[in-house]
Amino acid sequence: MADNSATAHDTEAAPPTDSPAGVGIIVVSHSHRLAVAAVELAEQMVPDNPPPIRVAAGLDEETLGTDAAAVGSAIEELSGCSGILILVDLGSSILSAEMASEFVDPDLAARVRISPGPLVEGLVVAVVTASTGADLDAVAAQTADALAPKVQQINS
Amino acid sequence: MSDLSAQSVSTWLKDFAEVINEQANYLTDLDRQIGDADHGSNMSRGMSAVAALDPASFTDASGMLKKAGMTLVSTVGGASGPLYGTFFLRLGTTFTSDGELSAADLARGMKAGLDGIIARGKASPGDKTLVDTLTPAVAAAQQAADEGRSLAEALQAASKAADQGRDSTVDMIAKRGRASYLGERSKGHQDPGATSMALLIDSAARCLA
Repeated sequence: MADNSATAHDTEAAPPTDSPAGVGIIVVSHSHRLAVAAVELAEQMVPDNPPPIRVAAGLDEETLGTDAAAVGSAIEELSGCSGILILVDLGSSILSAEMASEFVDPDLAARVRISPGPLVEGLVVAVVTASTGADLDAVAAQTADALAPKVQQINS
Repeated sequence: MSDLSAQSVSTWLKDFAEVINEQANYLTDLDRQIGDADHGSNMSRGMSAVAALDPASFTDASGMLKKAGMTLVSTVGGASGPLYGTFFLRLGTTFTSDGELSAADLARGMKAGLDGIIARGKASPGDKTLVDTLTPAVAAAQQAADEGRSLAEALQAASKAADQGRDSTVDMIAKRGRASYLGERSKGHQDPGATSMALLIDSAARCLA
């Protein structure tokens, strides 16, 4: 499995598809601080080989809101990934993520998926699964089901 | 006056921005009752950014409308950003050539905008959203066009229908957005998005005729 740590927070676009970088992850939230903290929490699980992660959250570091153009830029930064999974929080984050897919090349958009999974638990599962080199289908499926362990623990 | 250009679009958008700024507290109050109390401030921030666009930097109305849409997408912050952004992007892709704007052009542009909003937000008429303002407004503009009436008459008809559509949201139960969490309790309140959309159509009637 390739070591992706070098690309985790690169501002440069990832390498072309002849050396695909596995699944990349984008966090879309109304709050920049919430997104950054969620990433910090998730990356604790994979200190040595975190997958490429981008944050598109808040109108700026203080102002709550989502920005479809920022999500579009994040998608383009991860264009070298074999697939991209977007984690969202509430309401307009979904609309912004959906709209962003229309701003990018259709071939790239076809490799983007928005997860119905919960933001925090989903992000942890997505980061861990992606770091194993799993493909987009596997990462998306695991992430969508990310609440299951919590539900099981509390209800058992 | 019925000529479409970056300048005429700018006049309309600046007028709308002014109205939104005047009504920001009212819109936020409406949103406080059934939402998250940010519609006025979000729209005000977005339209202030749009009003700052220089029409001289655009070659035509289409370019100005598209830039306005993208500006809203990046500055509003809430669901109104992608929704209003989509509306203006669709107007920009419909009004591809400057020059005289007919009632039929208006109806076609508004319909494209409405279709875009519905595709984006997945709302139907009756869901207590801006779709409830825009749907009757588009129908009124189309009817005026079919009857061979002028652009000014079509805009007046659309504006009147938009206001009625806005008023119709009071008795509806919200099915989309934050208000939908309230269910039955959303009844009796006018929808903030339906209200700002009526302001946009009223502004068009003042500025584009």
